[in-house]
Amino acid sequence: MNHWIMAPLLVPLLAGVLNLLLVSRGPGLQRTISLVATIVMTAVAIHLMGMAAEDEIVIYQLGNWAAPFGIVLVLDRLSALLLLLTAIVGLFSLIYAANGDDRRGRDFHVLFQLQLLGINGAFLTGDLFNLFVFFEILLIASYGLALHGFGTKRTRASLHYVVLNLIGSSLFLIAVGTLYAVTGTLNMADLALKVAASAPEQTTLLRVSALLLLVVFGLKAALLPLHLWLPALYGNAIAPVAALFAIMTKVGVYAILRTYTLIFPADGAAPDVAGDWLLPLALLTLAVGAVGVLGSQRLRELIAYMVVVSVGTLLAGIGQFNVGGITAALYYLPHTTLVTAGLFLLADLIARQRGSVGDHFSLGAPLTQPTMLGVLFFLSAVAAAGMPPLSGFIGKLLLLKSVVPEQAAWLWGIVLTGSLAGLIALSRAGSRIFWKTEGERATAGRASPATIIPTALLLAMSVMMTLFAAPITRYAEATAIQLLSPQQYIGAVLSLEKLP
Amino acid sequence: MEAIASLTIAVLVACGVYLVLRARTFPVVLGLSLLSYAVNLFLFFTGRLVTGAPPLAGGSAPTADPIPQALVLTAIVIGFGMTAFVMILALRARGELGNDHVDGRGGKS
Repeated sequence: MNHWIMAPLLVPLLAGVLNLLLVSRGPGLQRTISLVATIVMTAVAIHLMGMAAEDEIVIYQLGNWAAPFGIVLVLDRLSALLLLLTAIVGLFSLIYAANGDDRRGRDFHVLFQLQLLGINGAFLTGDLFNLFVFFEILLIASYGLALHGFGTKRTRASLHYVVLNLIGSSLFLIAVGTLYAVTGTLNMADLALKVAASAPEQTTLLRVSALLLLVVFGLKAALLPLHLWLPALYGNAIAPVAALFAIMTKVGVYAILRTYTLIFPADGAAPDVAGDWLLPLALLTLAVGAVGVLGSQRLRELIAYMVVVSVGTLLAGIGQFNVGGITAALYYLPHTTLVTAGLFLLADLIARQRGSVGDHFSLGAPLTQPTMLGVLFFLSAVAAAGMPPLSGFIGKLLLLKSVVPEQAAWLWGIVLTGSLAGLIALSRAGSRIFWKTEGERATAGRASPATIIPTALLLAMSVMMTLFAAPITRYAEATAIQLLSPQQYIGAVLSLEKLP
Repeated sequence: MEAIASLTIAVLVACGVYLVLRARTFPVVLGLSLLSYAVNLFLFFTGRLVTGAPPLAGGSAPTADPIPQALVLTAIVIGFGMTAFVMILALRARGELGNDHVDGRGGKS
């Protein structure tokens, strides 16, 4: 058995527990532990991605119990890609946070590591109930992180977020319970077999649980009409936390992608639930997000609505359930996560130099470092709005190319209008912040290199994704093919005997 | 037996949903607790209602499924922690927002 798969869970767990023991010692040692753990995690994620790229699905049987009786961890191309993305976003957010944001509350590093544990676990697990447990781990850590730094607005946004997610957890359990009652298993590969072989009279119950799961994952992914918690929460969290949260909606997207290609595939004997709902809802999400982008009064609120738009774009690709659509979504997913995370950090750098105006689009003093922040903002706006030549353009191009002719009018119209809205809003934001200024330069100091470097590196990833677009697209395409032929996954999980 | 079980869950869910929609933090917390009780019962019942049956398969006799019991135990523990957290958060929101509405707005209770 390959023990490397456990590392993305064990490393953050150990680091989190160690940090918990060291809380009273102040942030110095905790920072070191956190940074070392996240760097190790990134290295492991790169190694795992190399393994997954050989088109082998690697299984880890916890406690040496063979599936479907024990819980398995499954590493395929999709989970490896998302693990690496999580590690990169986590690493840069952490470097940024180590410049002082982590001192605004005692338990930042503990919560940060446990958040990474929850996210990694959700990507790796091959068991539906275990997915619920990892969701709860990442949620309770995110509750703490969202409140980090205090403030009335944070409390209000968190209260909504917590209550909504507690109801979401209840629905998740009802869905899991229904599935278990019908099929008698919770292992995702075994579920796929049992659902495909289910009797006609069980279809209603299976449809109920499939729809409930769509609601739950839609809430996590901020799919319309369950997206209302996101702008307030992301717009008010401290910058490194908001940057880390850029990956959180992708956990919901991942769960949708996994569930509706493996357990309830569109072409299988199972009822076709997601196929009817996902694409229209995704396009509506995109449209509503674009309106929010245009109506935002603050830069961070604008970026939060860009997250909603990106979720709509991703699910519009996934909702087609063909190789082209999923390939486009899987290319767009790392791009949007990295650029959004970079933008959240950049918005914080800008807000700090504008004094009391912060990131509001009202008349403010000129920035201390207008050239550097301006160039970074320009690059990230080009990438985020999907303008050529950066990666957002390639992702959207792949998406527009993938669509089948019957849906082309809707999808082209909404995706392109959404891009136009993003472009208008970002150029307006840029001109308000960098050009239309009054008064003396703010007294705020220059941004330290230790805050600029993680921001710039996150944004530089977009350039890298453009330069290496061909290999990344090939990987995404192979991932899409692997997802759409779940026999490989099912075979790998269920054929493995336990070790002697 | 099945009728009583499903009625119990229905009443719990109805009360829970009503309380959550009250949009005041204390009723919301109570409503969430009722919802999680209902969900726990539901999970427990997914193993079918049998009495006096052994928890292991092996003969022709009916068996009690042990997995829902393990699931419900996990769900109870998680629900307990979450309720404690949302309680503290509700108290803090009451202090910071000045009233117990979930949106922090004033008005008649």
